[in-house]
Amino acid sequence: MSFLNYLISGISLGSIYAIIALGYTMVYGIAKMLNFAHGDVIMVGAYVCFFAAAKYNLPPAIGILAAVLVCTTLGIVIEKLAYKPLRQATSLAVLITAIGVSYFLQNAALLLWSSSPKVFPNFFAQQTVNEAGKKIKITGFQLFGGQLRISYVTLVTIAACLVIMAALLLFINHTKLGKAMRACSEDKGAAQLMGINVDATISLTFAIGSGLAAVAGVLLCSAYPTLVPTTGSMPGIKAFTAAVFGGIGSIPGALLGGLLLGVIEIMAKAYISTQMSDAVVFLVLIVVLLVKPAGLLGKKVREKV
Amino acid sequence: MKLNNTKRKNLLTYAVVTVCYAVFQMLSLGGNLSSTLKGMLVPICAYVVMAISLNLTVGVLGELSLGHAGFMSVGAFMGVTAAISLQNVIVSAPLRLAIALIVGAVFAGIVGFLVGIPVLRLNGDYLAIVTLAFGEIIKSVFNNLYLGLDSRGFRLSLLEDRTNLHEDGRLIIAGPMGIGGIEKIASFTAGFVLILICLAVIFHLVNSRHGRAIMAIRDNRIAAESVGLPVTRYKMMAFVTSAAMAGAAGALFALNYSTVVANKFDFNTSILVLVFVVFGGLGNMLGSIIAAATLTILPEALRGFSNYRMLIYAIVLVLVMLASNNEQLRSMLSRIIPKRKEHTHDA
Repeated sequence: MSFLNYLISGISLGSIYAIIALGYTMVYGIAKMLNFAHGDVIMVGAYVCFFAAAKYNLPPAIGILAAVLVCTTLGIVIEKLAYKPLRQATSLAVLITAIGVSYFLQNAALLLWSSSPKVFPNFFAQQTVNEAGKKIKITGFQLFGGQLRISYVTLVTIAACLVIMAALLLFINHTKLGKAMRACSEDKGAAQLMGINVDATISLTFAIGSGLAAVAGVLLCSAYPTLVPTTGSMPGIKAFTAAVFGGIGSIPGALLGGLLLGVIEIMAKAYISTQMSDAVVFLVLIVVLLVKPAGLLGKKVREKV
Repeated sequence: MKLNNTKRKNLLTYAVVTVCYAVFQMLSLGGNLSSTLKGMLVPICAYVVMAISLNLTVGVLGELSLGHAGFMSVGAFMGVTAAISLQNVIVSAPLRLAIALIVGAVFAGIVGFLVGIPVLRLNGDYLAIVTLAFGEIIKSVFNNLYLGLDSRGFRLSLLEDRTNLHEDGRLIIAGPMGIGGIEKIASFTAGFVLILICLAVIFHLVNSRHGRAIMAIRDNRIAAESVGLPVTRYKMMAFVTSAAMAGAAGALFALNYSTVVANKFDFNTSILVLVFVVFGGLGNMLGSIIAAATLTILPEALRGFSNYRMLIYAIVLVLVMLASNNEQLRSMLSRIIPKRKEHTHDA
């Protein structure tokens, strides 16, 4: 039964990775760049939601909405200011710029909100009164006589991941804007000739990716409630790994990569060693890339001579 | 003509390094250097070596590596281990330092070779992510490695301390605690010599038949393969050389402090060195040296702005990248300095 417990928490962590990985994979697919600042957008989203809920006592739904709005705007602004002038530059120049933006966000957060850790409130808990008349919070429920514990955060996370994935697939495959995004990721020049506004489409991609990052930030901090300015960087790297794992540029790949990475990480923590879990995760990534160099669901692009 | 230009540029690089060394050494001996800057001389040397070695991978070989700090870590831990084990055998500190640097370089080279076997089969961003993964794995391993030395020789264990050392033994690497009680034998002069050696190795490699083959692979892998160049072997040559130099840099860096922990050499350190390389210009060793030295000093120089210094650093980073890739600014510069264009063609 403990295996099932681990599996569920693995899937929950994996769902968060998958939502973050979506941002990486969409931006990579369309702009062919590794957006290293993505992890820090998660952190900004979590802080916005934290302040909305803890300081201004707004209901959680408004807090999440505020986080999504702020991050979407932030994503568009970053793209316009830092990445758009570098459309023609080498990929390394763009990478370094993304790293610069990441430093900027981390240090701005450090100045604005200080380095002291904030304890993120649990939105997904029920207030009840126990027999002694005290107010207590129930964070989850138990099955099979307490052997299987599932917290509400876990359920919400998994559900959110599935809903987002379905909505995104519908959007990309069945709307005009989605079609424009696919066209841009295939061939920007040709897309422009067909009358597609490439700049607007790239902005839209950044907006969606950053909005998702805000959701991921709230979910991440609900599950692991310590919030510091560097909260986003390690999940960012892991999610990036997940995106590559599933085949970067592929949306189902991000889901698969994220889920697998989350499950492997939790399993490695439980059965191999807590300290070495990161090493196991990265080792699996390397083995997968050696067998399938374009990731699990990535398309192998033939080199033309 | 072309060869002359390269030679002149290489000589200029040596000259700049030597002059900088002479100036700083004199300032330091004369007591005109602030203690913070004095303490930074050896780390600057280490970062310069890191930058030029990464430039060999990124600029000359043309493969993005995001795990260069991993090799620095291997060099640091192995080099310091060697220095500590030889503490009672070799009295002369400079000789011990030299052996530590060589041991660090050899081990990092071996790890570079082992990492290179899988890594160099991949291309582009996938190669980058796998080097990142290896960097993280190396960090995890050193965070959980216990290495002790007693009369029976070296005792090694992973995850927990099961070395069971004798009374006379000493636990050298203590997992997450790293190595403590290091005798600080690294010196500015040693750093300067290391920079010169690395520069000489790189310049000789780049200007040789092998170097031209490596650059041909960078410019067009398929064409290079079709004229019969063994691509993997040349890639490996550059990669291992680069890793070995990073190892020596790591040993130098660690022997400047009394403790060293694995978390010092994480992803951020790799990125920091990559920033030096891109700032200085790909394939341009002098640029890397200047960028590494300037950007190591910059956060210290900005100390007056206290909390805002890293923010300013980030803004400077983004602005320089935007300015150096701005078409209008470039054409304006080339109009003002017409020679500049020729120059970049030669380099």
